[in-house]
Amino acid sequence: MGASQPHDPRGALVRPYAVTRGRTEPQRDIPIEAVLVASQAAMQEARFAGHDKYRIAVLCEPRAQSLAEIGAYLRLPLGVARVLVADMIADGLLSLHSAAPKEGFAERMDLLERVLSGLRKL
Amino acid sequence: MDFASSERAGAQPKEITSAKIVVAGGFGVGKTTLVGAVSEIEPLTTEAVMTSAGQGVDDASKVPGKETTTVAMDFGRITMADDLILYLFGTPGQTRFWFMWDELIRGAVGAAVLVDTRRITDAFAPLDYFENRHLPYLVALNCFDGAPRYEPAEVREALAIPAHVPLIMCDARHRDSVKTVLVGVVEHAMATLVNEHGRGSPATVG
Repeated sequence: MGASQPHDPRGALVRPYAVTRGRTEPQRDIPIEAVLVASQAAMQEARFAGHDKYRIAVLCEPRAQSLAEIGAYLRLPLGVARVLVADMIADGLLSLHSAAPKEGFAERMDLLERVLSGLRKL
Repeated sequence: MDFASSERAGAQPKEITSAKIVVAGGFGVGKTTLVGAVSEIEPLTTEAVMTSAGQGVDDASKVPGKETTTVAMDFGRITMADDLILYLFGTPGQTRFWFMWDELIRGAVGAAVLVDTRRITDAFAPLDYFENRHLPYLVALNCFDGAPRYEPAEVREALAIPAHVPLIMCDARHRDSVKTVLVGVVEHAMATLVNEHGRGSPATVG
């Protein structure tokens, strides 16, 4: 419609993917809301994994963070964050926790009930 | 690969489940305000960089000289328990970014389509989108100060909202009002799930 998107004149596509060494395909698909946790032990190893991976580990060590939060706090486009996070899972630096179950009536119902009671307590 | 990390950690870490609710609607309808009213963090913005060639969605002829597009999404977080987090994602305002909406709704609990009664026609595209998707959604009328007030029945008729889709009034600035919207989304999702379950297989009570 009317409003046009602000255009980034710096060539946003090329620059971010430099940190993934040009790779745009992650090793596995990670939902935007899936949360990631770094253990203390992994923190030590992450020091040697590169600047961005270390920052991700630091962010995910004190509390679980979603892929979306990692992208937002570290100012990385989602696609870039997903490639880095997938690498870190493969290297044992991050553990991936499940997003909402998509199958099974009982599991889905149970989750909905928990979310509902969580909302009512707000 | 998980063995190595759990050996190191010693204790079995608790599995955390995250769920999401999508807040859809036209540009400037109050999606981020709604998210901010209940989120425990200031709404964050995450960006996805898209290429027009790769997605085949952006019509390059309409944006001459532009090969990449940055799509921004605002979102918030509610930590409900040490093993349960709810995320609220606002859709990109421009409805031409359908491919991003597809990613957002995948695995979502449900959605709320926020409607501004001053610009009711902006709601057609988001409503069309959800009508053709398999995701429970409701319509929330955001009542801005001084906005023309319509009876819910009038809005339902004007927007051709199907009878099975709940329609509620709200004020996106107020926490309690937003809570009511989100509770409505989850209750509707539960009702939809029960309904499908009942139809899909012989009733198993208990």
